[in-house]
Amino acid sequence: MLTLQAVLDGLLLGILFALIAYGMALQWGVMNIINIAQGDLVILGGYIAYFMYLYGIHPAWGVIVSPIIMYFVGVIIYKLVINKVVDRDLFISILATFGISILFMQLMNFAFGADVVLANSGYGTTMLFDNSVTLPNSKIFSAFISIVFAIGLVIYMKKSKLGRAIRATAQNARAAKILGVDTEKVYAATFGINAALCGVAGALISITFTIHPYMGLPYTIRSFMIVIVAGLGNLPGVAMSGMGLGVFEEFADYILGTEFRIGSVFLLLVLILVYRRFKLSRKREYLK
Amino acid sequence: MKIKNIIITFVSAIAILFSTSVVSFAKVVGDKIILGAAISLTGKYSSNGVHTQNGYNMAVDRINEMGGVKVGGKTYKFDIIYYDDESNPKRAAQLAERLISQDGVEFMLGPYSSGLTKAIAPVTEKYGVPMVEANGASRSLFTKGYKYLFAVLAPANLYLDVAIETAVALNGGKGVRIAQAFEQDAFSQDVRLGILDAAERTGSKIIIDDKLPKELNDMAATLAKVKAVKPDVLVVSGHTKGALTAIRQIAEMKVDVPMLAMTHCDAAKLSKQHGKNSQYALCASQWHKTLTYKDDFFKDGMTYAADFEKLFGYDPPYQSAESSAALLVFKDAFERANTFDQKKVRDALAATNMQTFYGNIKFAEGGQNVDKPMVLFQVMCDDAGKCENKVVAPLKWASAELIHPIPKWSER
Repeated sequence: MLTLQAVLDGLLLGILFALIAYGMALQWGVMNIINIAQGDLVILGGYIAYFMYLYGIHPAWGVIVSPIIMYFVGVIIYKLVINKVVDRDLFISILATFGISILFMQLMNFAFGADVVLANSGYGTTMLFDNSVTLPNSKIFSAFISIVFAIGLVIYMKKSKLGRAIRATAQNARAAKILGVDTEKVYAATFGINAALCGVAGALISITFTIHPYMGLPYTIRSFMIVIVAGLGNLPGVAMSGMGLGVFEEFADYILGTEFRIGSVFLLLVLILVYRRFKLSRKREYLK
Repeated sequence: MKIKNIIITFVSAIAILFSTSVVSFAKVVGDKIILGAAISLTGKYSSNGVHTQNGYNMAVDRINEMGGVKVGGKTYKFDIIYYDDESNPKRAAQLAERLISQDGVEFMLGPYSSGLTKAIAPVTEKYGVPMVEANGASRSLFTKGYKYLFAVLAPANLYLDVAIETAVALNGGKGVRIAQAFEQDAFSQDVRLGILDAAERTGSKIIIDDKLPKELNDMAATLAKVKAVKPDVLVVSGHTKGALTAIRQIAEMKVDVPMLAMTHCDAAKLSKQHGKNSQYALCASQWHKTLTYKDDFFKDGMTYAADFEKLFGYDPPYQSAESSAALLVFKDAFERANTFDQKKVRDALAATNMQTFYGNIKFAEGGQNVDKPMVLFQVMCDDAGKCENKVVAPLKWASAELIHPIPKWSER
């Protein structure tokens, strides 16, 4: 039963991670920007849901309100900073988003205080197998909402005009521009959509776990890891990789101990990068 | 041009020399005793940093209003130079250097947290500056042979051993099975060592011993193990994150344990954030307002709490109370030493034996307070869902009877 508990916990957690990672993959693919502030956008989204909860509104409404606000936050960040680094090399964008991350942490600390907070959904628990497996309904709700948003986004990217423009820009920005796509607008929208996804994830995290101004980095690392494994523009890959990571973390927790949970994510990242490099070098040798 | 540069350099050097020589007399200026403190006003400890600062400020105002400090037939008032250490140990150590070597401070108050106190203590020790600290409880602070460090609080290893002793007593003197999960930081690991000692002393057995990461926000795996092995006591210490995460997930996963003991419940505002889900949690605390210790400045805990709330608008956590007590200790030591000589003040501090509203204070050789036991309170809620923290151990200070074992979730 412990194994089943770990698998289910991991899957539910992984779906949430995948949502955050999808936003990262999208903007990485379209704009070639690795957003170190990804986790901080998630936490900011969480605070929006938390404040709704404080004012007597059920925090689950945060999954609607938070992405709307966060979309505009994303567009503003794009206009102020990201548009100046979007065509530069990757290192510049990492530095810029690292700066945004520090700024966000300090601003959130200043505005909301350094207390660890959470929003109670009051959703109860689902018991399985004579209470030996318990699944918090808040986690099930989070996974469900994540799936709804992910599917919605896939449809939007395929069917809408902006979605097609985003995909065209991701394939070849110059060609898209020549064919009349306003790439500047596409970039702003992409960054906004990423921030909105972070907003949804943050609202879900506030009702599932806890939030704190300095808690963003682990979410950035996890989404980075998922994107690295799945590759850019590969949504099913991101979903599978997210769930895989969730289950891997849970098992690492059971087998190695909770203290190695995040460490095991790093280890996995290193192993995957080494493996990829190894595969790549073999390919090159073959081509010679 | 060259001459101009030389003149500017010369004038600047004189200006710097003059300004530093003015502040280097800052320890006692006129009728003021100036203390230095690096406090976390920003960064992850800023909430507790502010509680600490509020505690210091309230005590400074109260002592000054009530006649100040009498040394050598003259009356002095307290004043504090604060710097923000940004919750960063390196920064805290730099600021301690700055306070001592640039601002001329000769007496220090402690920062918030064991980690930052650990960073500052070697600096104050190097310069022979007496430091009374109120928020560094790690045992390792008191085993390094520091001569100028004095802590008004009980060391971390004593935080939860009362809980184990209580569980053993309730088990008819037989050892209990303990599951424990501690964050990997100096403070929590010291609490863990205290539990290990208590387990050995009482013949109890540790059946789960998990270490929680600093980025902790999910302890489902630990709790699933707890559910499977059914211990008699579950002990959790992971600052406010640990307390909030544990209560949320224990309630969600319906984990039944006869006793749940933890730290940082009041800093996490457990009963406010979790309401009835936090009911029956046992929490270690350095102080509680219902304790009946007394002094001339704040009278007792209830009066202190009322005055504090009037000033700052919230109920004082123990971090504020112990910070106020640090000032009372300094005042007492200055008056007994009757001089500002650092060594004599240090000796007077070492000989402290007093009662404050916060508790009795008497320092062991390592600098820790050995005359004030920890208290355990239990979160108790009424039918309307209003929760209160009630002291349940030690029995001498108990205002309510311990509810044990905790009712099962299916019966609540």
